[in-house]
Amino acid sequence: MNLNSKLFDDGVEQIPSRNGFGEGLVLAAEENEQVVGLCADLTESTRMQAFAEKFPQRFIEVGVAEQNLATVAAGMALGGKIPFIASYATFSPGRNWEQIRTTICYNDVPVKIIGSHAGVSVGPDGATHQALEDIAMMRVSPNVVVVSPADSIEARKATLAIARLNKPCYLRLSRDKVPVITTNTTPFEIGKAEVFYEGKDATIVATGQMVYRALMAAKELESSKISVRVINCHTIKPIDQETILKAAKETGAIVSAEEHQVTGGLGGAVAEVLSQNYPVPLQIVGIEDRFGESGAPNELMEKFGLTKNAIIKAIMQVLRMKGK
Amino acid sequence: MTLTDTDYRKLEEKANLIRQDIIKMLLEAGSGHSAGPLGMADIFAALYFNILKHDPAKPDWEDRDRLILSNGHICPVRYAAMAHAGYFPISELKTLRKLGSRLQGHPHRGALPGIETTSGPLGSGLSQAIGLALAGRIDGAKWRVICLMSDGEQDEGNTWEAVMLASKYKLHNMTALMDRNNIQIDGFTEDVMPLDSLKNKYEAFGWYVLEIDGHNMEEIIDAFSQAKAIFEKPTLIIAHTIPGKGVDFMENKFEWHGKPPNKEEAELALKQLQKSGE
Repeated sequence: MNLNSKLFDDGVEQIPSRNGFGEGLVLAAEENEQVVGLCADLTESTRMQAFAEKFPQRFIEVGVAEQNLATVAAGMALGGKIPFIASYATFSPGRNWEQIRTTICYNDVPVKIIGSHAGVSVGPDGATHQALEDIAMMRVSPNVVVVSPADSIEARKATLAIARLNKPCYLRLSRDKVPVITTNTTPFEIGKAEVFYEGKDATIVATGQMVYRALMAAKELESSKISVRVINCHTIKPIDQETILKAAKETGAIVSAEEHQVTGGLGGAVAEVLSQNYPVPLQIVGIEDRFGESGAPNELMEKFGLTKNAIIKAIMQVLRMKGK
Repeated sequence: MTLTDTDYRKLEEKANLIRQDIIKMLLEAGSGHSAGPLGMADIFAALYFNILKHDPAKPDWEDRDRLILSNGHICPVRYAAMAHAGYFPISELKTLRKLGSRLQGHPHRGALPGIETTSGPLGSGLSQAIGLALAGRIDGAKWRVICLMSDGEQDEGNTWEAVMLASKYKLHNMTALMDRNNIQIDGFTEDVMPLDSLKNKYEAFGWYVLEIDGHNMEEIIDAFSQAKAIFEKPTLIIAHTIPGKGVDFMENKFEWHGKPPNKEEAELALKQLQKSGE
């Protein structure tokens, strides 16, 4: 998979995934002149700044108005453009969900919704700015593609990939630095989950920065002679049923891991696939029906149970269930 | 090109035929909105038979003007005008709101060629018109965007986000027209949520505002050509209309916002419209 060779080092490089989006948007705009960018007063923070400076004629600042952000973009897409709209995920798709549903998804136009600041790792800003429901909100809508990259390099690839896709897309990004686990040559294809770590006793299906924690968990369990597969599920819709069902058949137990509510997110999507096709024991690691709060990102990940240890505990649980 | 009295009379005849078809469609559908479509029939006749640059045989013609209907619930008037203009057979109007129909209860872009965008949820149309106008400007396109909206949807916050943006970007390749018919579902607009003075509000937001009688063909056509000449500002035409226009028991009654006529009411309505069309 050509992963970062220093992935398991203590000093692994860490970069926010939103940075990868910022680089990817400039590349996408260079590749296709129809790419335009719209922002709602968060241009620097969402990393749309470099695009805005390089392509001022193709950048629209709508002010603090997320409903307008979505609907103006829908109109530009009707006019042949490929609009990227950037805000924090709590506001877009949070505040403007109906506008996205009707004017982007139902219209089936290629607007790219960029939701930065997803998860509790947003940190000190607190629960109002920590999106924990966005995957659920977006994946229930027909026509839309939902992508949640594991690191900044994958976010860059994902940005280019969704620009080339003639569909509505949602891209979920993190504010805080996350470990860089992939490289420029790691495979990335929308809709194709990748096995990042081989194993036969159980599988972790993870998304976003939980992929790193899943890899750490798998590595640690090796010393206890437990062999765990890790799947990077960057595309949550359409979900890669084939790779998940193969893992269910070959390992017989699944743990999902996401920085999102345990209802409606990746865990929900995995449960839908398993229960209707090949039921095996499943544990869902995520936020347990709570709001976040202020704190340092690492403190919050610890407090809300989004850790390597929480994943290991879930693995032990599914192995017990599987053994019965 | 100056229009003659005969030209105006012809447009009025079209409007009358469109009104008759609205009544027939709604009776057949058994649900839908009566007042708004009847009130906007003159404006739709003017648009499809004079103002718009369009080709019914080529609904996706690149150089066409883009007509956005923000208050999608009045779509029976758009469907009737499109059928009379030749987009599809008039007989298809009878399929309104039925299973498998291209004439969805609220218009859907994917269902019927010539419908530029899906609408119905209020307050989203003006923003989409702005998006189209911005895209057209980037491309140096010659086509114009026309956005029709209701007075009731001025209650929506999204509308005012759009009003500010159109002014910021000085969008003169777009004209908005507001159907000022003073009714919405729960009652008269000034009781539900006072809106006046809309002219002052839009002017304060940097728009050029015209006010017209929305049933006067000459004023309608003049207003759209005036709007084309306004530079560096978006234009709003406030069209004062009578909801239910042409059917005496529906006129100015907010109770007729969201219901169709029954058989007897439809017969009476058609009789009145046929008489005024003579």
